[in-house]
Amino acid sequence: MASEALGWLGVPLAIAAGTMRGGTPFLFVSLGECLTEKSGKINLGLEGTLLTGAMSAYAVSYLTRDSLGPMLAPFAGVLVAGLAGMVLGFIHGWLCQQPRVNDVAVGIAMIIFGSGVAFFFGKPFIQPSAPLLPTIDLLAWTDLPEQFQSAVKISPLFVLGVAIAPLMTWFFRSTRWGLFIRAVGDSPDAALAMGVSIFKVRMLSIVAGSFLAGIGGASLSLYYPGVWTELVSSGQGLMAVALVIFARWQPMQCLWASLLFGGAQALGPALQSVGITQGYYLFNAAPYVLTLVIMVITCSPTRTMTGVPGALGSDR
Amino acid sequence: MTTASVSASDVISPPDLEVVNMTKQFGSLVALDHVSMHLKPGTFHALLGENGAGKSTLVKCIMGFYQPTSGDVLVGKRSREIASPKDAHQYGIGMVYQHFTSVPAMTVAENLVLSRFDPSVMIRWQEERDRLQAFMDQAPFQVDLEVPVAQLAAGQKQKLEILKQLYLNSRILILDEPTSVLTPGEADEVLGLLRQEVTNGRLSVLMISHKFREVMTFTDEVTVLRKGKFAGHGLVKDLTIADLSSMMLGEAREPKIVDKVITTADRPVLEFTDIHANKDNGLPAVRGTSLTVYSGEIVGIAGVSGNGQRELVEVLSGQRSPTTGTVVVNGTPYGATRSEMFHNGVFSLPEEPLRNACVPHMSVAENMALRTFDRPPQSKGSFLRLGSIRQMANRLIQQFSVKTPTPETPISHLSGGNVQRAVLARELSSDQINLLIAANPCFGLDFSAVEFIHGQIVAARNRGVAVLLVSEDLDELLSLADRIVVMSDGEFVYESAIADADLSTIGQRMAGH
Repeated sequence: MASEALGWLGVPLAIAAGTMRGGTPFLFVSLGECLTEKSGKINLGLEGTLLTGAMSAYAVSYLTRDSLGPMLAPFAGVLVAGLAGMVLGFIHGWLCQQPRVNDVAVGIAMIIFGSGVAFFFGKPFIQPSAPLLPTIDLLAWTDLPEQFQSAVKISPLFVLGVAIAPLMTWFFRSTRWGLFIRAVGDSPDAALAMGVSIFKVRMLSIVAGSFLAGIGGASLSLYYPGVWTELVSSGQGLMAVALVIFARWQPMQCLWASLLFGGAQALGPALQSVGITQGYYLFNAAPYVLTLVIMVITCSPTRTMTGVPGALGSDR
Repeated sequence: MTTASVSASDVISPPDLEVVNMTKQFGSLVALDHVSMHLKPGTFHALLGENGAGKSTLVKCIMGFYQPTSGDVLVGKRSREIASPKDAHQYGIGMVYQHFTSVPAMTVAENLVLSRFDPSVMIRWQEERDRLQAFMDQAPFQVDLEVPVAQLAAGQKQKLEILKQLYLNSRILILDEPTSVLTPGEADEVLGLLRQEVTNGRLSVLMISHKFREVMTFTDEVTVLRKGKFAGHGLVKDLTIADLSSMMLGEAREPKIVDKVITTADRPVLEFTDIHANKDNGLPAVRGTSLTVYSGEIVGIAGVSGNGQRELVEVLSGQRSPTTGTVVVNGTPYGATRSEMFHNGVFSLPEEPLRNACVPHMSVAENMALRTFDRPPQSKGSFLRLGSIRQMANRLIQQFSVKTPTPETPISHLSGGNVQRAVLARELSSDQINLLIAANPCFGLDFSAVEFIHGQIVAARNRGVAVLLVSEDLDELLSLADRIVVMSDGEFVYESAIADADLSTIGQRMAGH
């Protein structure tokens, strides 16, 4: 077998591949959350959005496989996943901006609602196999071992996510809309004095963020692991929220942090592939441990965080 | 903005602004009652009145934040419909708010670009920078474009607010108590430069104020409001401070300060040595300060905001742990625990009392009991005696004239001055009081509230209380303190008995020279 031929070399290779595969959902959700939090509201509900996105992407890809063909159907799935995310985002955006409503509480409700929706409509799609997203095989022309080949199979979604990160940085810096979002997130009073509608800006930020999270869900079900089950997200939406804090609310940092988390996730399976089965569950827990470690490192009683949007977590 | 448009706007004088018979009702409350005023082109006009006189309501109606119940706004002699600040901007009217409206996390340049009502989606920073620099070069004052607003001192921020309006080409500037956060030096500088712009015919200014000194020094005309009604108008050169005061308060009233009695300041009450403390971001804020405050004296700490006073007060009141240094009260080490506060009679009036000294959602009565609820007569064993708490609240509300509908009203519903009174009542009602730490106790309060609080502080001192008074208002310190200390960049850089204090040295030390 190829992995035996590669031996220990397979571990870094598998981690590199896993970084791309596992990092993609993190990347989309954290970019979405970054956009949302820049406007001053938290959307914990992205975990639910992720599941709804995964389910709707898979379902649409399966249902349209004949009418659109196996090449286009998954892309229709991605689009619908984004749209489904927007619907959930709209509900969150409206609810959490009502007077005396707390965005964290709404977010938790939205996790339950989003996963409920996904499980309810997703039941019939657990068994059938839908056409998955095609990948770009960079080394298809060589005769390198299969494991090399699979390591450099790049999903178009990953490329898209990597492109969005610098685009978002530019958006926050050099567009009027980006400045409005930062103003609303940092100092709602200042934004109000400029005649900016806080409600609209936050609503659009939350809806756009949820669109990205929905696409993150599509990458789970149509790229990696490429199935639809109720366990497919395993808390990645919530981890992505922690990741935004780790990334100091900067889109480019979100990219690096997502890759780090993706890599951590690949650690367990990679070690398993070279025959280390002891502590398998421990290695699988790497992303969770990483979340905890980051939380411990970043919180300090004597310092406040830098980069945190001023209105985040307040009632304004 | 190009140089061509600047020279063109030099020729056109600012528009004429008139408010005719304006009334604004909020439910049953009449905030403005048939008020008229006239801002002539190229004049500096003061709008004077106590808190709650309707000054802010009037300018907010002009700016389109509120829609007046009846009455007209005339710009350039024609009645205009102003539905939002955007409309006001179109008529060349811009407002500088009492609280800063710049976004702290953004740079000065970003804030200026953001403030412009401009449909363009993309910002070409290269061009913007050149244009902003060109604007800055011909503006009356300069602020560094690349600095995040959070790092600016209060005076700089206030300048930025005004610059923003100039950048927007506003020809009528409305200033809402623009100097409340500035040192006298900064205030004079900012107002002086604006005065120059007005004299040159480039601007009209309408300034809300309750500082007579500024009104007398810088303005041409004054309109006075009292309880929502027009109370007087005149040219400043024809009026005296006594005239203004009688228009504002209804009857002529001399500012009265409780006379200081001679006390012997011999018993050290508060001693702190070599206090170091960090800011929230971990950078040092207080760098080795030592001071002793004796009984029966008021020691004033002067300084521009952001020079470590806030952190020092937080250390002394137990809200922040010092990195090094010791605090001793009545000869024993003091860690600001509840029992130490009680045994040593330490009380404090922190700045922003609603945030630092109150539980906003709890009632006035409960807030007034925060010092005493856990000991008799207000509690028995583990149980509170609500009757006793209410009784004390009623007594304090009357004694300190706190205006509250009922003792059960949440304290956050009270106006700033009344929250301050309620806290003062709690802190000064004890007969065990030994040390009082006050920080900007009169910030943003009106004339009569300030007078009341000053009187209470001096009365406490006369009873032998040691008072540490931290204030950004130098006039306040000069009239109250027995000894003055200047804090700059986390250190005490000047100390003097008030009789020997040299104002120009204090000013220089405050500015860090």
